[in-house]
Amino acid sequence: MTVKHGLQAVTVAVVAGLLGLLIWKVAHQEKGVKLGAGRTPPAPQFALSRLDAPGKLALASLRGKVVVLNFWASWCVPCKSEAPRLEAAWQRYRDKGVVIVGVDAQDFSGDAKHFVQKYELTYPNVHDGPGDVLPKYGVTGFPETYFVDRRGRLVGDRVAGEITAAKLTAGIQHALQS
Amino acid sequence: MRLAALLLLALVLAAPAAASEQHPTLGELEGEVMCPTCKTTLDQSSAPIANRIRRFITTRIAAGDTRSEIKQKLVAQFGPAILAEPSRHGFNLLAWVLPFVAIGLGAAVLAWLVWRWSRRREAASAAAADSPIDPELERRVDDELARFDA
Repeated sequence: MTVKHGLQAVTVAVVAGLLGLLIWKVAHQEKGVKLGAGRTPPAPQFALSRLDAPGKLALASLRGKVVVLNFWASWCVPCKSEAPRLEAAWQRYRDKGVVIVGVDAQDFSGDAKHFVQKYELTYPNVHDGPGDVLPKYGVTGFPETYFVDRRGRLVGDRVAGEITAAKLTAGIQHALQS
Repeated sequence: MRLAALLLLALVLAAPAAASEQHPTLGELEGEVMCPTCKTTLDQSSAPIANRIRRFITTRIAAGDTRSEIKQKLVAQFGPAILAEPSRHGFNLLAWVLPFVAIGLGAAVLAWLVWRWSRRREAASAAAADSPIDPELERRVDDELARFDA
């Protein structure tokens, strides 16, 4: 009888332990920043290898500037369409304290470098092969664009999918005025 | 003689594994590499990045890379999560060890239950053999037998 109760207790303890582990995992899963409804959470930090130059680029080093964060991949079709638009915005706003940063993720770095050359992108682009930064922002697909104000806070809404020139301009203006 | 047979068996079993390491096929690696965007193995995915990784693997096989070299190159690009199997280091080692621990524990519990059950049956049989027959039952059996004989 005692042994039977002991076995039952061990079984219950094992099941409870596994359940606890599952709950902990779900509770600690990164869901990304919450945007919209006037929220301005701090932009999650990262330091990633540059595709267009040696060394790394840290988001923290751009504090004091408005940053347009564009997540992309070379195999993503809409990313190809919006690339010239982002380059045009970079040329237009670079002297006004705006930096466009491309974050190439889940991609071969060689393909990404080829993409940067092909579309003649001169704004900084970094490589996140494993896609470690994606869950921090809650990126659900490519392309996706975020706006960071001078204080390092995310402002406005994320733009999921190919960004239009109008949305890009509106996002930059909003971040500049924040 | 027995040792030689064992060595021969080990060689026979190891030969295909060594060949697979030296000359991997796309089909084999498709089941061992993950698609980074869809979180399934490559053989389950037709996503653009899965197709691109397939092309990469095909190119590396043609270039003469071993299975380990191809995997290392993929890990360098996409991180360790690109591999379907967890690594055999650190916390991930648990994923390899725990199933065997669970099987061992399960087998031990099962063996103990079987042993206890067989002991109970033996004890019950012995008790039944030792117990005297109920006089009333004996009388009824005699009556039935007598009636049968008649």
